Amino acid sequence: MAADPLDDYIDAVASALALPVKDAWRPAVRANLEVSLRLARLVDEFALPDEAESASVYSA
Amino acid sequence: MAAAVSSDDLSASEIAQAVAGRKISALSATEAALARIARYNPVLNCFTDITAERARAKARAVDAAISAGQPVGPLAGVPFAVKNLFDVQGLATRAGSKINRDLKPSPRDATLIERMEAAGAVLVGALNMGEYAYDFTGENVHDGPSRNPHDLTRMTGGSSGGSGGAVGGGLVPIALGSDTNGSIRVPSSFCGIFGLKPTYGRLSRARSFPFVASFDHLGPFARNTSDLALAYDAMQGPDPDDAACATRPVEPVAPSLAQDIGDLRVAIAGGYFQQNVFPEAVEAVARIAKALGTTRIVEIPEAARARAAAYVISTTEGASLHLDRLRRRPDDFDPAVRDRLLAGAMVPAPLVDRAQKFRRWYRARVLELFKTVDVILAPATPCVAPKLGQVTFTLDGVELPVRANIGIHTQPISFIGLPVVAVPVPLEPMPIGVQIIAAPWREDIALRVAHALERMGVVSAPQPRGL
Repeated sequence: MAADPLDDYIDAVASALALPVKDAWRPAVRANLEVSLRLARLVDEFALPDEAESASVYSA
Repeated sequence: MAAAVSSDDLSASEIAQAVAGRKISALSATEAALARIARYNPVLNCFTDITAERARAKARAVDAAISAGQPVGPLAGVPFAVKNLFDVQGLATRAGSKINRDLKPSPRDATLIERMEAAGAVLVGALNMGEYAYDFTGENVHDGPSRNPHDLTRMTGGSSGGSGGAVGGGLVPIALGSDTNGSIRVPSSFCGIFGLKPTYGRLSRARSFPFVASFDHLGPFARNTSDLALAYDAMQGPDPDDAACATRPVEPVAPSLAQDIGDLRVAIAGGYFQQNVFPEAVEAVARIAKALGTTRIVEIPEAARARAAAYVISTTEGASLHLDRLRRRPDDFDPAVRDRLLAGAMVPAPLVDRAQKFRRWYRARVLELFKTVDVILAPATPCVAPKLGQVTFTLDGVELPVRANIGIHTQPISFIGLPVVAVPVPLEPMPIGVQIIAAPWREDIALRVAHALERMGVVSAPQPRGL
């Protein structure tokens, strides 16, 4: 179980952010993270120019 | 005072006229709403707080103003209620959660409540919602589910489920809710009522509990377009207390509501918006397209990716909002919400940044589309209201999760803040909604089309069938 890279990642981020992830919650957290990463991949693989501005641009 | 007039079957604008014309009192309209709530809320479970004394005091003040010959607003004596993420003076803003009940009572009302009451409306309570608005079902583990007024075994839709149930059930003529990814349009669809998600930045969110700052919108629900416009007009205007609220002047829509729509170019959203839909959603869009005389299809480019990016930004901004609560009180969340938020905290930052860059790209492409079209039609939900507790549905032989798929057609639209009126098509046995989508700041166009459809008899809020 602990050998799985995504489980290792969950452990590492939970530790870095001081987030509690109880063993009983892990399958659901992992399933949700898998969905988020799958959808994020759709965004990631879309080529944008280096000059692309974020939608959330700050105005002084 | 004509005692024979009852406000039970009157619209908001009819109540306001009757109150201003002294045919009924604001107090009697308020008492009638409180009586409906007392009778039907035990089955609908849409109210979490009933502000009866406050409402009576406000109604008396409206009546006193009328007696003194002072001007009263266009919503004089109209009862309304708000999703319980709006600050209501004296109440802890629970936002559907257990944790927030420990907050101090709010010292001041949300801006939109203040504006509704300045127009003469009477707040009668706060409404059930999905925890922290991270929900499409209207179910709530702490307060119990709000129930669909057309079939008590079905969902209201979320997260503004109580708002949908209260207006769909005829308890109040107007409710306010929020829409981050579809939470006004989904309950409107499932409960068979009209809902307006205005342009992002149009209506102030000041003193409401946030979810995803990039996408959070507030807006009204009603049983007809005139009431929707009346409430919307009363709430417009800049507000320095909301950093995202636009500085545009008030642009009233009520005066142009009945304007002819023959000059408008209407098209149907194709591709992504015609996939993953049940026959009832296809039928609803077809009826509206036929009534508007259009067969033109337009492709909203990269809609699936837009939905994906909206998902990523929602889960990460939501996680950021709740990070400290996740650390301190993880056991007090709805477990399903907690687990989504914990996962959201683990999405790498570069992916979120790319989602925000994609958002700007997508906005530019969709604005190009609006050079050739004024209105785009799309399903509000892929299906009519599912059963309470339903986890999956089967579409084209494929079993799909309900929660994840309810908002697939709303998310790519709110992602770039386009104004939408959700209109109810009164199919049997359950109604379903269609999105009337316009270009930014053109709520007037979406409302004109909705009003024309209402006059044609194509859309209407059915009487509650489950009560």
